Amino acid sequence: MAEEQKGFFRGLMGKLVGGDAQPQETVIPPASEPEVRPGFFERLKKGLSRTQENLIGRIDTLLLGKKQIDADTLEELEEILLTADIGVATSVELIRALEQRLKRNELQDGEALKRALREDILARLEKYAAPLDINTSTPFVIVVIGVNGVGKTTTIGKLANRYAMSGKRVLLAAADTFRAAAAEQLEIWGERAGVDVIRHQEGADPSAVVFDACKAALARQCDLLIIDTAGRLHTKVNLMEEMKKIRRVVGREIPGAPHETLLVLDAATGQNAISQAKLFKEAAEVSGVALTKLDGSAKGGIVVAVSNEFQLPVRYIGVGEGVDDLRDFDPQQFVAALFQ
Amino acid sequence: MFENLSDKLDLVFKKLRGQGVMTEENVKEALREVRLVLLEADVNFKVVKDFVEKVRSRAVGTEVLQSLTPGQQVIKIVHDELVALMGGGEDNSLDLAAKPPVAIMMVGLQGAGKTTSCGKLARYLKGQRRRPLLVPADVYRPAAIEQLKTLGRQLSIEVVDARADQDPVDICRDALQYAERSGFDTVIFDTAGRHQIDDFLMDELVRIKGAVDPREILFVADAMTGQEAVNVASGFNERLDITGVVLTKLDGDAKGGAALSIKAVTGRPVKFAGIGEKLDALEVFHADRLVSRILGMGDVLTLVEKAQSVFDAKDAERLQQKLKKSQFDLEDFKAQLQQIKKMGSIDSILGMIPGVGKMMKQLQGAQPSEKELKRIEAIIDSMTRAERANHSIINGSRRLRIAKGSGTSVQEVNQLLKRFTEAQRVMKQLQKLGPKGLMKGMGGLGKGMFPFS
Repeated sequence: MAEEQKGFFRGLMGKLVGGDAQPQETVIPPASEPEVRPGFFERLKKGLSRTQENLIGRIDTLLLGKKQIDADTLEELEEILLTADIGVATSVELIRALEQRLKRNELQDGEALKRALREDILARLEKYAAPLDINTSTPFVIVVIGVNGVGKTTTIGKLANRYAMSGKRVLLAAADTFRAAAAEQLEIWGERAGVDVIRHQEGADPSAVVFDACKAALARQCDLLIIDTAGRLHTKVNLMEEMKKIRRVVGREIPGAPHETLLVLDAATGQNAISQAKLFKEAAEVSGVALTKLDGSAKGGIVVAVSNEFQLPVRYIGVGEGVDDLRDFDPQQFVAALFQ
Repeated sequence: MFENLSDKLDLVFKKLRGQGVMTEENVKEALREVRLVLLEADVNFKVVKDFVEKVRSRAVGTEVLQSLTPGQQVIKIVHDELVALMGGGEDNSLDLAAKPPVAIMMVGLQGAGKTTSCGKLARYLKGQRRRPLLVPADVYRPAAIEQLKTLGRQLSIEVVDARADQDPVDICRDALQYAERSGFDTVIFDTAGRHQIDDFLMDELVRIKGAVDPREILFVADAMTGQEAVNVASGFNERLDITGVVLTKLDGDAKGGAALSIKAVTGRPVKFAGIGEKLDALEVFHADRLVSRILGMGDVLTLVEKAQSVFDAKDAERLQQKLKKSQFDLEDFKAQLQQIKKMGSIDSILGMIPGVGKMMKQLQGAQPSEKELKRIEAIIDSMTRAERANHSIINGSRRLRIAKGSGTSVQEVNQLLKRFTEAQRVMKQLQKLGPKGLMKGMGGLGKGMFPFS
């Protein structure tokens, strides 16, 4: 038992620190530990099972023994959706759509209602879904923003690794000059992915870092420049202004940039994600969302709300702490896991 | 902090207030509103259900129906029940009554704010004349150890040296022994963020707990957490038997319903609240005050406490005398600004004043920023002593000089002087009204209140 644990531990450590020496190891896990690294879909399903318990389990309970769907049932369903972190506006919208179908007598029983709900959620996610294409411009600039502790730096590390692996020249900019050791954290990710990191001293002007990074990206003919910004609460006016300045500097140095402003959201966040998306979009023209920490028990419910209410595509999902634990968002797969 | 929730409850209760006589129907309708508001505030649905049931059983019945002001009665019931739910009146102070070194473990999800909270807590304990030692036990996240070390340097608090290839349990055990040898009386362990469903990492926490026998295990929770807060908190509680909660990121606009859920499910009190990024932004959590704030009653107590710790009693006395004689001059004005700045951001101060939460919304955009405060200070600094004492002598050429000296424009100097005159006039009016008229006067003031808006 102890040895098994140690094996796993070592494997985990290898996954975390071994990347710089043997980057291959991070992609192909050693044969001895397939059981501790279940398939991606399994993990996603496992992570979503809690949501499922709440969403589908409760819908089932609600519909149990009901031959007819009436207005009261829909009202309760609205509450259930709300408690799955699917925001108010989107819940109301979903219920309205179901009401319409109900009026047309399209929903005869619980199964039909569940199917309709599933289709509706999927349609809403698919409407805006679009993977990020970084080949449209050189260098392609991504500014990564979000509130504190959502996983911006980790997401950037994974992005850097992914695009470096596919043969792109990637450069990272450590524009989080506020939080203690944020630049060091990014540097370690940079080492793992084998890409350069532009950084300044702690407390430096983030825009200055970005300026240098832009110059460096042009000089080194990089394909992709990813800018890590400090976590900021969307209600802090000064910090939002700082972020606008970063974007201005990028736009001045590299015309057309930033090509993507990626808002990182924590899957565990509740209704506040909507407020985050709203204010960040107003201040920084967010063009895509990355949803992190889906490997926990947290719900992905907010994605439906954020994507739907702000017409934003979900680009990536984070499903672990490993360097390869970042996936393209697939609405089909996501909704399938949600409803299984 | 909780403006949105109080706004909504206000709306609900406005409906109630309009009713002459309370019927069972009315209560029901009001409770549905309360329920939706709480759900929207991220309070867990099970908790909401129980809560609403409790309020209903108390509200429907003689208590309310025979009461003269039913609306008030319902507000009071909701308030009382919320306080009870948050554990109001319970002791939520940090329990350090053990043989030193006393161990405190910080646990939680990734990105909840554990490391920052460790730093804040260490600073708080240092202020309590304790000798804290910080222990980085997060070997997984890149540069997590470095982060805690940097915080330690900023605070002049020792951080145990650790490497990412060590076993966290060993780090903690060694650190405790080191603390004992070196005379530290409190040891704070910063553990790695983890999901409560990650058995391997949860086992590690259990082993650390076994190795250091902590007096306090604080669960660090993000105020923005949604419905999931319940599962996460109970997951941690089942494995580790946590002793308290630190609620972080309360300075955002999250409604913080997660705090209600966690308290209801684990029964553990919220002990501290993180209200900012800086290391002094940690407050002892007050359940009753928080609930008062939720219900839009303001948080006067915190404000008074804060003011007391910052304001010099003599200064205040002198200012009062001056106010009485209507001699409030620019020098006093500047002194006041500086004191306000010491108390924290203007937003957080205004948020604590009853009724201002709602006013703030209207004032949005017109809020004076810290930057503007600096400019005002610069302008006043560029005046001579005579000018500060008597602003009426400031003529055109003086204005030009002041503008040049402070790096501003004559228009800005003019604006400041105009606002200051207005403020002076308002002060005089307030004097006439006396303390009772103060609130009434404030309502009608609007912009004149802030010479710098």
